[in-house]
Amino acid sequence: MSQKSNWPLWEVFVRSSRGLSHVHAGSLHAPDKEMALRNARDLYTRRNEGISLWVVLSTDIITSDPDSKDAFFESPQGKDYRHATYYKASEGVKHL
Amino acid sequence: MAPTTPQEPGLSAVPSYEEQQSQARFDALINDDSRVEPRDWMPEPYRKTLTRQVSQHAHSEIIGMQPEANWITRAPSLKRKSILMAKVQDEAGHGLYLYSAAETLGTDRDELNDQLLTGRAKYSSIFNYPARTWADMGAIGWLVDGAAIANQVPLCRASYGPYGRAMVRICKEESFHQRQGFEILLSLSRGTEAQKKMAQEAINRFYEPSLMMFGPPDDQSPNSAQSMAWKIKRFSNDELRQRFVGMIEEQVKVLGMTLPDPDLHFDEEKKQWIHKDLNWDEFMNVIKGNGPANAQRLEHRRKAHREGAWVREAATAYAAKQEQSEVA
Ligand SMILES: [Fe+2]
Ligand SMILES: [Fe+2]
Repeated sequence: MSQKSNWPLWEVFVRSSRGLSHVHAGSLHAPDKEMALRNARDLYTRRNEGISLWVVLSTDIITSDPDSKDAFFESPQGKDYRHATYYKASEGVKHL
Repeated sequence: MAPTTPQEPGLSAVPSYEEQQSQARFDALINDDSRVEPRDWMPEPYRKTLTRQVSQHAHSEIIGMQPEANWITRAPSLKRKSILMAKVQDEAGHGLYLYSAAETLGTDRDELNDQLLTGRAKYSSIFNYPARTWADMGAIGWLVDGAAIANQVPLCRASYGPYGRAMVRICKEESFHQRQGFEILLSLSRGTEAQKKMAQEAINRFYEPSLMMFGPPDDQSPNSAQSMAWKIKRFSNDELRQRFVGMIEEQVKVLGMTLPDPDLHFDEEKKQWIHKDLNWDEFMNVIKGNGPANAQRLEHRRKAHREGAWVREAATAYAAKQEQSEVA
């Protein structure tokens, strides 16, 4: 009974104030980029949540494979010398 | 706690090694109170349960716009009109956040929309009651949005990430809904005898239906235990209902009104509120589509969809044209 619209899915990113990054807020359907931006404004910034918006076609986002995440993110494992907390001998030294 | 293994008809009775591994990973996420994200493996019954719950929730927000939208033109002041419009617009937004969350589970928007329009999907039975007077705008905000909030706050921690995140956004917006409703009743409670009577009658109408929004009693709610094991639900229907009735029992005093439940009291021994027996036959009947406004609500939704067809077509055509001129 309802015609399918098949409008693409857009991911919405909102910058809440100057000095902060855009953060993913959610997604929406829209026929084109202009409508996507307008809809994003109406949907995700009804209470001054943002001063800048990005919309990106969901299909344009490249993601890492969730099933291989252990292997993909393996390299930082066991490299705790990349954190300041690894260096214990200098504990107590001021301004270090 | 033991999340179940999938038992879909047609699946091999013995899960493969990969399935066992995936199930173990899923179980660990649930046990650690972590979150399941869209592209993670999840048992089919978990996916189905969530798709049903999240989409029903979305449909409820969308249908839920109607009782209040009906009153926008008749709101008693420009301020009240603006408030009501903002609230109805929020509910549309809630519907859209939730449809987006539901889609991440693999059912697309057109299909979800179709399920609602063809009457295959359910939505909260509360919206099948008519809003008869202006005071109903007060009772709906205070009691219906109030019950929704009590339900939704724990859902912010639901084990499925996109659902929890949608609920966080929704809960932030809901608190104004309940307050504006309460203040409508408060104004009426300080008005003429006729206004007080109108407010009291609205409370009388919405008290029982709002208590029923939490769903059937625990011993008659077969799917609750599984939902709690999956950490989609965090509290049982009765626990949430108890919490809610305790809050409104206090709040109604500020209005100088009463709840239509003279025997409502806190049983010190059982440590629980004893409220009147709720009419679950009526509840089931309304869920099945025989409520006072079921047919009207669905027909209105279908009409809005039909009448918006030319807008969708024009937007699609415009998008196609833009794309062509960009290529050229
Ligand atoms: Fe809502
Ligand atoms: Fe609301």
